[in-house]
Amino acid sequence: MSIDKDTVVRIARLSRIAMEDDALEPMAEELNGILAWVEQLSEVDTEGVEPMTGAIAATLPQRDDDAEAGTATDDLLANAPEADDGFFVVPKVVE
Amino acid sequence: MSADGYRVRGRDGEWEIAVGLEVHAQVISEAKLFSSAPTAFGAEPNTQVSLVDAAMPGMLPVINRHCVTQAVRTGLALEAEINLTSVFDRKNYFYPDLPPGYQISQYSRPIVGEGRVVLDLEDGSQRTIGITRLHLEMDAGKSIHDRRADATCVDLNRAGVALMEIVSEPDIRSPEEAGIYLRKLRSILRYIGTCDGNMEQGSLRADVNVSVRRPGDELGTRCEVKNLNSVRFVMRAIEVEAERQVAVREDGGEIELETRLFDAERGETRSMRSKEEAHDYRYFPDPDLLPLTLDPAWVEAERARLPELPDARKARFMADYGLSAYDAGVLVAEREIAEYFEAVTAGRDGKQAANWVTGTLFGALNRAGIGIEQSPVSAAALGALIDRVADGTVSNRAAKDVFEAMVSTGKDADAIIEEQALRQVSDEGAIEALVNQVIADNPDKVADFRGGKTKLMGWFVGQVMKASGGKANPKAVNQALRAKLDG
Repeated sequence: MSIDKDTVVRIARLSRIAMEDDALEPMAEELNGILAWVEQLSEVDTEGVEPMTGAIAATLPQRDDDAEAGTATDDLLANAPEADDGFFVVPKVVE
Repeated sequence: MSADGYRVRGRDGEWEIAVGLEVHAQVISEAKLFSSAPTAFGAEPNTQVSLVDAAMPGMLPVINRHCVTQAVRTGLALEAEINLTSVFDRKNYFYPDLPPGYQISQYSRPIVGEGRVVLDLEDGSQRTIGITRLHLEMDAGKSIHDRRADATCVDLNRAGVALMEIVSEPDIRSPEEAGIYLRKLRSILRYIGTCDGNMEQGSLRADVNVSVRRPGDELGTRCEVKNLNSVRFVMRAIEVEAERQVAVREDGGEIELETRLFDAERGETRSMRSKEEAHDYRYFPDPDLLPLTLDPAWVEAERARLPELPDARKARFMADYGLSAYDAGVLVAEREIAEYFEAVTAGRDGKQAANWVTGTLFGALNRAGIGIEQSPVSAAALGALIDRVADGTVSNRAAKDVFEAMVSTGKDADAIIEEQALRQVSDEGAIEALVNQVIADNPDKVADFRGGKTKLMGWFVGQVMKASGGKANPKAVNQALRAKLDG
């Protein structure tokens, strides 16, 4: 797998990361280096082996269907850049 | 309309449509899918949000076991395969009403696999629509764009509520079938109590995948029309989207795989996202959640606990009460109606009870604009009225008046029959007196009748009924008249 400059531009946009033009090539090289290193794992034959989901045998913990009051609205909104009448306020988004 | 009859008429020839539905059904539960915040609809904004739902740093999701049960029950009711191991994945996208930046969903290993829904079409035939899968996922919050001109307001009350996404195969061949499918699915969900099916409140929403092809061809490229919140909109959106695709193809164009929005006012669909913004959700297994494993014995126990489903109940109504497929279908569509009907018909004639419920009662409910749960006449009260018809106390016609009085006063049938003196006159002496009077008053009509105009019998019955104030037993009147006139 190899990552080119266009791919870096695309995944940066998907991740909402702003990148300067002159940082794109170095980033592509860096990512390719990481991928090449990880790629060594594919030398191991995993044919017919179930994916391992953890180092210890554990099952998914589950909760009962008991509702508890939500977080106090003021606390919830405390770190919001802007709040209005109980709502989070964000820049206008219209599709 | 026959199963494969729907065609879009293009400029040069006819086109078939193939439609699949993705239905998002909100799970009935007290708490959310991965947090303990409540799910009640209509609360003040941001009052039902836990720190998990708001994606505060360090918060971890813990799955609600009841939501898992609800999904499994739904899968069983759709005669589907239950996957004993399923996996939760992150579906990544940025939107202000999705605080974590990803939706926890299921991608390659959903909790429920292939199943089916059987549709009863209008012409009496049946069609089976395949279910591809059902998976569990969390809902997003709500973005409100029209509250402020300069900004978007976000309410996270709905964020994290459990949804079941139910995906059908592209087996649907007409807008009508899509409507029947959605109603049937809604009926099943309501029977088993896993979703309330309320489309106005958004508990049930549908995306439709539409493609067109020349009859006999392979499936064409599809477009997805998103977020339809009524059966009518689903049907209309399919119609206009199919017409749009036919026009594009006939002009030599290609259909591009894309997401579109339905504009009900203009009756058209519009492209929703530009191409460079095309979906790239970068799914991967959520490292916060281990795979979900189910015990096969528990699944079987849930299967045994399912209530009687609409198809089985319909077959039973037809076999036990001698109802037509149509009447039985109408009566089983809503669980509450089916239960009301069964209470009315207990120990009584099934067809009579069906006529009263689907005719007189539904008429009254429709006029009042209310559902059967708010019926002013209880099943027991309606049953008692039917008994008074069966034992001859009131005529069928008078019974309709009694029913209307029951609706408006809330009193029972016996009280109204007494109050309004609607008791049917079956007394032979009284009826004979009325018959004699009518005959004596109309010697010319009697002569005509005896001269061969036997159709006048109906007129004589009418006169006697009128003279009795509608209370004479029509059967007794008929007998008495025949005895006098023929004799």
